Amino acid sequence: MKQKLVIIGAGMASGRVLEHVLAQAPEGWDITLFNAEPRGNYNRIMLSPVLSGEKTYTEIVTHDDDFYAQHNITCRFGEAVVRIDREAKVVQSNKGSASYDKLLIATGSAPFIIPVAGKDLPGVITYRDMDDTQAMIDASGNPGGKAVVIGGGLLGLEAAAGLRLRGMDVTVIHLMGHLMERQLDPAAGYLLQKDLEARGLRVHCKGATKAILGKDRVEAVLLEDGTTYPADLVCMAVGIRPETRIATDAALEVARGVVVNDQMVTSDPDILAVGECVEHDSQLFGLVAPLYDQAKVVAATLLGQDAAFQPVQTATKLKVTGVDLFSAGDFADSDGREDIVFRDPARGVYKRLVIENDRLIGAVMYGDTGDGSWFFGLIKDGTDIAPMRDTLIFGPAYQGGTSADPLAAVAALPPEAEICGCNGICKGTIVAAIEGGATTLGEIKAQTKASASCGTCTGLVEQVLASALGDAFEKPAAQPICGCTDLTHEDVRRLIKARELKSMPAVMQELGWKTSCGCHVCRPALNFYLLADWPLDYTDDAQSRFVNERNHANIQKDGTYSVVPRMWGGMTNPRELRAIADAAEKYDVPAVKVTGGQRVDLLGVKKEHLPHIWADLNAAGLVSGHAYSKGLRTVKTCVGTDFCRFGTQDSTGLGIKLEQRLWGSWTPHKVKLAVSGCPRNCAEATCKDVGIVCVDSGYEIGVGGAAGMDLKEVERLAKVASEQEAIDLTVAFVQLYREHAKYLDRPYKWLAKVGLDWVKAQVVEDLENRAALIARFDLSQSVYQRDPWAERATPQAQAEFAALADLTREAAE
Amino acid sequence: MSWLDIGALEEIPQRGARVVKTVHGCVAVFRTGDDQVFAVDDRCPHNGGPLSEGIVHGHAVTCPLHNWVFSLETGLAQGADDGAVSTYPARVEGGRILLDAARLIRGAAA
Repeated sequence: MKQKLVIIGAGMASGRVLEHVLAQAPEGWDITLFNAEPRGNYNRIMLSPVLSGEKTYTEIVTHDDDFYAQHNITCRFGEAVVRIDREAKVVQSNKGSASYDKLLIATGSAPFIIPVAGKDLPGVITYRDMDDTQAMIDASGNPGGKAVVIGGGLLGLEAAAGLRLRGMDVTVIHLMGHLMERQLDPAAGYLLQKDLEARGLRVHCKGATKAILGKDRVEAVLLEDGTTYPADLVCMAVGIRPETRIATDAALEVARGVVVNDQMVTSDPDILAVGECVEHDSQLFGLVAPLYDQAKVVAATLLGQDAAFQPVQTATKLKVTGVDLFSAGDFADSDGREDIVFRDPARGVYKRLVIENDRLIGAVMYGDTGDGSWFFGLIKDGTDIAPMRDTLIFGPAYQGGTSADPLAAVAALPPEAEICGCNGICKGTIVAAIEGGATTLGEIKAQTKASASCGTCTGLVEQVLASALGDAFEKPAAQPICGCTDLTHEDVRRLIKARELKSMPAVMQELGWKTSCGCHVCRPALNFYLLADWPLDYTDDAQSRFVNERNHANIQKDGTYSVVPRMWGGMTNPRELRAIADAAEKYDVPAVKVTGGQRVDLLGVKKEHLPHIWADLNAAGLVSGHAYSKGLRTVKTCVGTDFCRFGTQDSTGLGIKLEQRLWGSWTPHKVKLAVSGCPRNCAEATCKDVGIVCVDSGYEIGVGGAAGMDLKEVERLAKVASEQEAIDLTVAFVQLYREHAKYLDRPYKWLAKVGLDWVKAQVVEDLENRAALIARFDLSQSVYQRDPWAERATPQAQAEFAALADLTREAAE
Repeated sequence: MSWLDIGALEEIPQRGARVVKTVHGCVAVFRTGDDQVFAVDDRCPHNGGPLSEGIVHGHAVTCPLHNWVFSLETGLAQGADDGAVSTYPARVEGGRILLDAARLIRGAAA
């Protein structure tokens, strides 16, 4: 015959017990489930995402009506059990009763309410269940609502963050000196506070609540020091304690919680307890992992199996989206304990390890929690960390004994391993070249083509050299430009300025070039350095430009070209589109493509047609889009205040202005900009060379982003209030880049070499220098900002694009 | 050898090239920095790139597609690359560029 199991409380521990019992003995028990809340089991931990709007209640339900029906569980939800009659083995609720063979008490915790005046006013709630959460959601529906959260622990902060996301004005009051003092030390608590304040929360630590003020409902919170915070909602999150009243009334052994043994049995052999209401070995439990362990033991005990509950270490994670916080173990200061602390204030990173007797007993990480579970493992396993003590704080990636061989990985690569992806060169080929006498990167490049194209594998090739040659390999500090000289790019740039070298022959003569004409590597670089430094004195040398820049079109694999007219800020109109369509038809263009730069590309145009198609497009007001140049490419935009309901500024307008200012300028490498109308960043400004994100109070200017061979987020150059200043800073930055960077270094590479601080000093902080940079840029533009298509709309240019002679007709004759 | 006048030296930019169309394809005519002229097939043996669009340095040209370097004198690829382009006899006389007519008409195959 089935035994009757009555469960008081449908929380997370009880749900897990149900699962274990039903899994092993689906027909073994006649189960009745009571719950004071008018609902079944759900994931209480996920109430915070429900509060913040990131999840719905339905999404966090763990056991639904179907589940209960399937397993014939009698559900008595919204029915609070008020008395246990141990003699009769009957429980009584406010609506009826139920008899049991075995009883499981899973009443959870009761939130602690501070006994101040006004604690019972309407609008004062705790944060324990879905009803509390719904009350907070409802309160946030009133615009301009003010919430005060009393308690800056894990739960209070989650409530505060959720209410803030819902649009309320939120203040957190915390009794202790810093937030989450049970998990964090003062430094980490400070970082957390700064992070939350940056999100618009107000934090008041060392605040003791004196009273909650209000007549018919809550109006304000008064602190002992006299501070008052107006409040439409007060959330008390000051702690929980086990809900033990019915156990006490039933004369079970109760201390701080319902006392249980290792088998989770109370002082009554037919009554078990599980979850937050429990006290085991003088310990209480508030995190879910030990509760799940308990649930397993409860199920085993009910089924007559041997099992014992043994609490293990647990870690906590703060569930506030975007705040990265992890803590585990024990941080109390005491004799015999030592700290290892890692701080990187600029990155907002803080890590602390607490060590006792060569064992890690506590860890807290803020801002960079990737290694959390590794440290947690060390705590749980009680590993002896003495051998790795000096590298312990750096995490698992840096452990490896006293002298890890960095070349070991490369040495272990098989000969077939591909080193150079562009040219398909494998390690064996490179090693063969080394065995044949090559000892430098340059020689490897020349003999095998490895690293001769995009250059991303250079480091790896150097490692192969180092691993093969050992000490005989000397990695040079800086590479010369090419085989024509021993000087580096930086040397040459400096000398061109210092010795006022204003022509290529002057450079090659004065700096001792080894060849008469340079080569395809140095000539384009020199051409750029000279025009950047001497815009009025130097004449641009078309024959020192790569084909794309010489022909003002991108050469394709079959010798045809692509034609890309400029679309300022990505905006166009019917007239322009018609002109592009007409040109595509007239010149039989094989392919028409929309580019990532927000414009249209006509692909497959024959060289002799270029001046003619350009003339047609010019006639419609279109100019070259410089899609081929080491210069300004595009300024991508998303629609701002013109149309978008989220737009904070006129992002398209700003984008167009920037494009009109910067187009035509030659730069060390291509420059791509974007302007987004709000932080949703639909124009993807944060991976651009210069990316501007509009906000309500102005413009956030980021520089040095990348989204090509490397992926990198911009670094913050400045936040300005006016559009004009945003333009000024952008122009000054571009000019600084033009004057200093190595040819073919994108801004992010240059920025990594010179550092953002130096750039800020030159462009943001020094106003005179900023103005001077802008003036020099405009001077250069006075020479170079001209439409190359229009310049080639002459018969002479048209002739130059055609063949010198056509012998096919003669042959036919 | 019969020489064909195909244009004035000044019509080719120094360190540059122009193209002559023939029934067998295009021939690239180069003018180097020291005003010598060379003629080769305008077709890189690697992937068919137009050598006439490459950067000219000394008596060599770099293919614009993948940077193969060719000697304009011998037509041979330099460095680690293997291959060659056909060359055509060319000279300058009185400011005019002359190419070997017979070779041009026969094409590279002969």
